[in-house]
Amino acid sequence: MIKVSQLTKKFGSHLSLDSVSCEFHKNESIALMGANGAGKTTLIRSILGYYHPDSGEVLIDGLNPIKERVKVLKNISFVPQLPPPIKLSLDELMHYVCTSADVDKELILHYANEMKLDLKSNLNKSFFKLSGGMKQKMLIAISLAKKSDIIIYDEPTANLDPQARDDFYRLLKQNEDEKVLLFVTHRLEEVKELVNRQIYMDLGKVVSDEKI
Amino acid sequence: MKNLYLIAYLDLKESIRAKWFLVYSLVFGGLIALFFIAGVTESQVMGFSGLSRLLLMYIQITIVILPIFILITTVRSISGDRDNHILEYMLSFPISLKQYYWGKIIGRFITVYLPVFFAMVIAVLYGAIKGAAIPWSIFFLYTGLLFALSSAFLGIAFFISSFVKSSEVALGIAFFIWIFLLAFIDIALISLMMQQRFNPQLILFLAMINPMEIFRVAAISLFDPELTVMGPVAFYILDSMSQGIFVLLSVVYPFSIGLIFAFLGFKIFEKKDLV
Ligand SMILES: Nc1ncnc2c1ncn2[C@@H]1O[C@H](COP(=O)(O)OP(=O)(O)OP(=O)(O)O)[C@@H](O)[C@H]1O
Ligand SMILES: [Mg+2]
Repeated sequence: MIKVSQLTKKFGSHLSLDSVSCEFHKNESIALMGANGAGKTTLIRSILGYYHPDSGEVLIDGLNPIKERVKVLKNISFVPQLPPPIKLSLDELMHYVCTSADVDKELILHYANEMKLDLKSNLNKSFFKLSGGMKQKMLIAISLAKKSDIIIYDEPTANLDPQARDDFYRLLKQNEDEKVLLFVTHRLEEVKELVNRQIYMDLGKVVSDEKI
Repeated sequence: MKNLYLIAYLDLKESIRAKWFLVYSLVFGGLIALFFIAGVTESQVMGFSGLSRLLLMYIQITIVILPIFILITTVRSISGDRDNHILEYMLSFPISLKQYYWGKIIGRFITVYLPVFFAMVIAVLYGAIKGAAIPWSIFFLYTGLLFALSSAFLGIAFFISSFVKSSEVALGIAFFIWIFLLAFIDIALISLMMQQRFNPQLILFLAMINPMEIFRVAAISLFDPELTVMGPVAFYILDSMSQGIFVLLSVVYPFSIGLIFAFLGFKIFEKKDLV
């Protein structure tokens, strides 16, 4: 489903991805690990088509995520490492998501409820005024409501309390069938139950890749 | 199309809630109110009177402050969203870059244009109620001029926004462009003219490339060309081409500048890394 071949990305003279090749298939749940600055976020952003690679390419179901971004992104759910300070209200944010990606609003409400996020009383609140954990819950709810074959999480649990983490893993467990789940994490023990493959990166290279 | 509207609509909503928009509307609304309170419509100075005089004053002030307002509030729109990772999230949804970029421009255009336009409408309405004659030709000309002025600077602002690295630099460039167009060009041209080393045609041409100068001249073009307030450049321009052509030029030219810059900005936005 996702095919990364010989991907190299430089920022100035700094090599963030050094000829990375890997493939991700249906029914794989991958824990992507590695030290800070290893290149995990850069890899994910390349898959989403945000970066123009210096060499190599990414194909998603055979499509280039830069040239065919609309087609490719229809099929990807993404939660970033840092929740951005979006000024839209929650209601407007949902409007954005539902219109642009054909997401069912009821489903967002459903998953928000499952994540113990009280959406109803915060609808007119600006997204950036929510607490860190609430923001993440909202983005997670949206990512689950958007029925995609590829789900990408860049450390989404950093601000979640233990209860919310359990809720999150439970929901993911229910939703991982027939999908690619790509999960950046620093805590393998937390996602052990969930993943069946782990990849370590260091200095822009994949240093180990094993199925478990 | 639906996504274009979506982006424009949400940007509009977001802007209207923002503090700068409140200040912005208050400034232009307040300007008109001030004119009425000061009794501008009743005064008779240098051949202008009533509403036309009020509109003229309004547009002359607007020509100076509207560009800087637009530049300051817009120059950070794309670069700011990139800096604070809003783009990273918002663009993870299936929206084409074209829809995103032009949707933002349309939303922003409505936000900056409507307040200055409505301030003028209110002035005309209020003036009409007080029994003043409505100078329709001036009103329509100024509607067109404000439209062109807004698009020119919006285009320039989005262009800057597409390539600058940091918000501070964006602000710096915006301020420089404003000052440059507002004063430096004039000063330079006047000094050239005084040295008499270049022919006046060339200097005239240089003056007219500057959209601010075009607006200044166009704003008074409907008034009596004998008036001394016009200044030499305006007199020259109106002397060398017909009024109709000049008025058309004064709207079409800046509008094209805006479009061209906006388009260049889009090309850069498309070619660069998004985050
Ligand atoms: N936009 C950028 N400009 C310049 N350098 C960048 C940029 N993005 C990433 N880098 C550099 O690329 C390297 C990899 O960064 P990346 O964000 O991919 O790391 P990461 O593995 O996600 O780390 P973390 O665990 O801290 O999130 C880092 O050295 C970083 O400084
Ligand atoms: Mg990272």
